[in-house]
This record gives sequence, C-alpha cells and structure tokens, in this order.
Amino acid sequence: MQSHFELFGLSPAFALDKEALEKAYREIQSQVHPDRFAHAGDAERRASLQWTTRVNEAYRTLKDPVQRAKHILELHGVDVGFETNTQMPTDFLLRQLELREELEAAVHKKDGGLLDALRSTLSGEKLLLENQLAESLDKKKDLEGSTGQVRKLMFLHRLDEEIDSAYEEIE
Amino acid sequence: MALLQIAEPGMSPAPHEHRLAVGIDLGTTNSLAATVRSGMPVVLPDSLGRPLLPSVVRYHAGGKVEVGYAAQAKQAVDPKNTIASVKRFMGRGLKDVAHIESAPYDFVDAPGMVQLRTVAGVKSPVEVSSEILKTLRERAELSLQGNISGAVITVPAYFDEAQRQATKDAGRLAGLNVLRLLNEPTAAAIAYGLENASEGIYAVYDLGGGTFDLSILKLSRGVFEVVATSGDSMLGGDDFDQRVFCWAVEQAKLPPLGPRDMRLLQMKAREAKEYLTFHGEAPLTAKLSSGEVVDLSLDTETFCSITQTLVNKTLGPVRKALRDAGLTVEEIKGVVMVGGATRMPQIQRAVAEFFRRDPLNNLDPDKVVALGAAMQANVLAGNKPQGEDWLLLDVIPLSLGVETMGGLAEKIIARNTTIPAAKAQEFTTFKDGQSGMSFHVVQGERELVADCRSLARFELKGIPPMAAGAARVRVTYQVDADGLLHVSARESTSGVEASVAVKPSYGLADADIERMLRDSFEHANADVHARALAEYRVDGQRLLEATRSALSQDEKLLSADEGELIRRAMLSLEKFLPGSDHRAIKQAVDALNRATEEFAQRRMDAGIRRALSGKKIGSL
Repeated sequence: MQSHFELFGLSPAFALDKEALEKAYREIQSQVHPDRFAHAGDAERRASLQWTTRVNEAYRTLKDPVQRAKHILELHGVDVGFETNTQMPTDFLLRQLELREELEAAVHKKDGGLLDALRSTLSGEKLLLENQLAESLDKKKDLEGSTGQVRKLMFLHRLDEEIDSAYEEIE
Repeated sequence: MALLQIAEPGMSPAPHEHRLAVGIDLGTTNSLAATVRSGMPVVLPDSLGRPLLPSVVRYHAGGKVEVGYAAQAKQAVDPKNTIASVKRFMGRGLKDVAHIESAPYDFVDAPGMVQLRTVAGVKSPVEVSSEILKTLRERAELSLQGNISGAVITVPAYFDEAQRQATKDAGRLAGLNVLRLLNEPTAAAIAYGLENASEGIYAVYDLGGGTFDLSILKLSRGVFEVVATSGDSMLGGDDFDQRVFCWAVEQAKLPPLGPRDMRLLQMKAREAKEYLTFHGEAPLTAKLSSGEVVDLSLDTETFCSITQTLVNKTLGPVRKALRDAGLTVEEIKGVVMVGGATRMPQIQRAVAEFFRRDPLNNLDPDKVVALGAAMQANVLAGNKPQGEDWLLLDVIPLSLGVETMGGLAEKIIARNTTIPAAKAQEFTTFKDGQSGMSFHVVQGERELVADCRSLARFELKGIPPMAAGAARVRVTYQVDADGLLHVSARESTSGVEASVAVKPSYGLADADIERMLRDSFEHANADVHARALAEYRVDGQRLLEATRSALSQDEKLLSADEGELIRRAMLSLEKFLPGSDHRAIKQAVDALNRATEEFAQRRMDAGIRRALSGKKIGSL
C-alpha cells in the first residue's frame, strides 16, 4: 500500500510543508469526493467513498505530529511502542508531574486563566519536541532514538486533552 | 442587504436542461423548500405566496391529513391530533423527550422511537415528518412543473445517528430521492459564503425552534471546511416559549391545565416572545376553557431574566467548538446568525459580547438554510460544471464507539472527524471456546456506556473454538457522506463476518419503510408495481447517463475488450428499460454496476493523478 506521503505526492519528512499538504488534499478531494458522484452509479459511488475515506485518513494522520512521526517510523518498520515501552527519563516524568499538579490546582480554583497559561507553556514544550523530532528523524535519521521523543510528544498531547476536559469541568 | 427572489407561484421554471433539485429545511417550527433557478437560489412559496410551511400536521378520522397553516390554526381545538414540533421526537425514545409533561399528545412508548396516538392511528415521528416533506415535494413539483430528481434535506449539525437516519427515512417515505443530508449551519455557510465571496474562519450560530448548533468553518476558494461543530439538540426557541408559559402559569396562579388550555397558553407565550423582539412590553391574554381569563403583561426585563440561563446555555457549546478547533475568539472573522430564535435581542447581544463583534444578519435567518441546501442540491444533481462548483468537507458531531468490558465506551471515531471516515479496531475473545461476540454501538463523549446513546447491537456468530484471546475480530466503522454509520465485524482466522447498518435500536428497519410506503400507496390508490417500475427506470436512466459520460471522458483507461463488456451491459439495460419487467431492469442495472467497478476505480486513480499533476480536467 502507498504511504500517506506518496498519496499526496510529498516526500516523507517530519518537517512538513503544511500548505503543500493542504493544497494536495483539497485537489484530490475535489476529484474523488462523494459530492462529485451523487448522481453516478453504485460502482463509482462506492469507489468514491473508499477513496475519500482513505484520503481523509491520510490527511488526518499527516496533520497530527504524533501520528505523522509514528507513520514515518512504521514505514521503516520501527514500532513506537506506545503500549510496550513505558520507560521514560526521570526528569521528563518529574516535569509531567509538575504540569499535572498545575492542572489540578487550576481546576480546584476554577481558574480559566491558569488553564490558558498552562496551555501556552505546553504549546512551547510541544514545539520544542517537534523541532527535536525534525532534527532526529529527517536529518540524523536516528529512528530508534526518535521513538523516545515521539512517546514524550504523545504524553504532552494527552495532557492537552486533559486540559480540554478541565475547561469543561470548570465551566 | 441581499434581496431574496421568490418566484411567482405556479410559474414554470426557466427553460434549461437542468435536473430539478430542491433543498429542504425541515425545521422544528417551520419548514420550507428552495431551488436554484437561472443560477439563483429561490424559495418556493405555496399557492398563496407564503414561503414558510408551519411544521404542524393534523390527522383527521377519515385519513385526511392537513399540513401547515390550516393545521396550525387548529392546534388549540384539536391538540391530540395536531402534531407540532415533531422534530423534537425524531429518533428519540420516550425518556429522552424534554418537557414531555407539557406536550399535549398521547405518547406511545414504542421500542426505539416514541410514537403518537391520533384518531388516524398510531403515528411515528418519521411518518409525521414525511407528511411535511410530501407537502413540500408537491409544492415544488407544482411550481417547477416536473418530477424532482433529487433533494437535499438539512439536519441540525448536532443530530446524532438515530436522528439522521430518521430524517432520511422520512425523506424516502415522502417519495424523495435524498441526495444528501446536509448540516444546517453548513448550508447557511454556503448561502453566505457564496453570497459574499467570503474567505477566512467563520462561526455559524444557529438557534432554531428546537435545536442549537454552533459550527466553525474555514472558507477558502471554493472549499467549505467544517473545523469543529458543537451544540445541543434539545435547546431552541421552543424552550424560551416554555419559560414564558411557566412564568404565565405561575403569575396567574393557574391549576394544572388540560391539553387545549395548555396549547392555547403555549401559543400565546410564543406570540408574546415574538412581540418582544420589536417592543418593550407584550400583552399575554387568553381565555381558558373554564371561562377564566389570563391577562398578563411581560416586559423585556422579566423576559431576559427568565431566559438568561437558556442564553448562557448556548455559550458552553460555543467555547467547546472553539477549543476543539484550537482557535481563539480573535481568529473568527465573522459570526453568521441562523434560525428564527436569533431574532431575540438578548441573543444578538450575548453573541456580540462573546465574539466582540456585531453578528452577521444579512440573510433572512428563516430562509438561509433552505437557500444553501438548494445550492448544494444543484451541485449534487450535477447542474454545475466542474470548476464553478465547490467542495464541502463536513464532520461528525459526536464520537462513535463500542461497549467494552465493564460498561465502558471505547471511542472508535472521534467527534469532529472529517467524513467520510472509517476506522477499524481489533478485539478478541474473553473465554476459551467462545463462539460468538456481541457488539454494542454507542455514540457520545462520556466514558460510561450508560451515559452515551445506544445506537445498535449486533452479534458475530460462528467463531471456531479457540483459546481466550486467540481470535482476532476486526470491527470496522464506516461513516458515509450523510454522516450515517455502517459497522462490520470480521474474525480474521476463520473469515466469519457480520455487518449492520445502524438503525435497528432507533429508527426503522427497511421492511418498516417498505410497509409504510405500501400502505400510503394503497391509500392513494396508486399502483405499487407502477411505482417500483418508475423508480427502477429513473435509476437505470441515471446509470446509463453516468456511464456514457464516464466513457466519453475516460474510455482511454480501458482496453478494447473491457470497453466492449461495459457497452454490452449498457445495451442490455437499454433493451429492458422501456419494458414493464422491473426485475429485469434491476438485474440489468446491477450487471452494469458490476461491469463498471474496475473502471470506477481506475477513474478515481486517474483523478488523483490529475489532482497531483496540478492540471485541471479541462486542461488535459
């Protein structure tokens, strides 16, 4: 099966030209989307549904940094080990505990401002990790070494989701 | 402000070879139909020139059905047989219906969807809705002087699976070829975007009679991309009426009311609410059946204070959608107001305050959804050449999941995923020698299955005996362009399969629809066979046309032999089409569909290659 990058005619790199991806996505969708085949026969409607589904899935994967990194590693036969490898460096874990304590404090005080601040801190840390990933995946081609960074990024994404729920909780 | 054109009733359409397609806004309070005529979307009024059709259906003992203004006028006289706001009951069980105590109907708690007992028998909300759609279909056919080739019906973006399926069933029951279910805010965005050639990120705040939607869309050169959607399918203008009604009962210290008085006072409450949009104070008077006269006066301040919580309730989904989209208020370029209830000044104020900008009201909030739906119907019917049309990318509003051990809901497709979408997940057996697995399909964001909506249950049987954990069952969720879900399960070592189109636990089975269609034809003395024949012919004609056009564009993708096979299947269909054997026509249609399968795949491949080479079809 074609890789998600090939589908969009892009070279497989973590540092991605988001505009090129979006442009390719929209151009392909304008060719295969079910709205183009609302009046066609069953065979074409089915083929259109299959393709659009595939294109949406590929687009969703490439847009998301964690999934994009995971996809690149899988293309090289490397498993990220979200489930199997739960070992993380101590300093990273301590930092995670710290951030989660801040989250709990914000929820406890019902303070949306604190959540905003936490989210902006988190965005900074995510960006830093993404830059490191671009370096190790694209430049150094250090696949095994990258898996740890992907798992870290995954952690931060989970925290992001928890912040989302926290907003809902305090509203 | 753009003026909307309304055609003279009964006037024939401009002569063009367009397929007749309509957009229908099936609303809680009012419904209406629109079409595109000479490139402009226009509302189709009734023979008296009235654009709206009140969504009220009255059943008579003899089987006669009245829809619209005539039915609305009899609400207080014949409350049990006059059904209003039926949209609130679509795809809903008895326990899910809000304010059920003050709805003057005889509810029947049926498995799946609640039903209503009338003098004409027990009716499901799908049947009641289909009467409204039928009236609009007849109106359109009269006005356009021809058969409608397809319709786009709008639904609240926050409608779940069961509600969507019920709406599509109502369309089929009304004899419509439903081209697509379209989300109401998205329809409004189409009307607005194309009207104003807008670019950027917009929010659509859609407060209808019974539902609230908030969608955030990215508009750019011919693409409408929904980024996030949120809402409350149990919140609308009706709730504001209800607050006024409760206020009136309390002020006038009324005893519990009978169905007639209840309906009367509810109507008066609505009138008072509407009056307050343009006045500081509204009279609320009613003469009850006991002879007692209610004579009250409601001022703006009181109205705002008794409805404040409802206004605030709309802001929760607004914040949630912004968070889901990862956007701040500053990044929103404009807020489009849709739905009659957005006329209330306190709503306008609250939205302006939240978004820190004046909301956009240039299109009539009652008509904008139908106009956008008509524009989309026109595109789906193939009336617009490629390049002049647009692309619409919508999302599912609520996560779809499956029940796992311990009553937990495991999400399979997350909310705000662009559709069509599919995702597969693997499950395994819990016990040694387990030969079957039962799946419970649920929708919602909560962790416990009990807090989510149950959509369907199905079983995979015949798994060969294996040790616990050895079977590999792959469950695939596929959501189509209407936002409807199909689930299938397959055990990979044995190849045992099961699949379900999600409708059994809510909505109607196909057999029910067929029975209802048959009943309605018998009632109208129409010939079922003739109807089936007509439908297969239309279907066959459409397929021939589509295949011809595909061949003329892309025959180069086929070898001579392959082309010959398709042509032979076309000839056979052409031969049966004028005949009266509907089974033979259906078989020929199926055969042609099979013959074009590979061709369809190659055309998609070619389309993708063209897209990536940056060339438009026209330039090849």
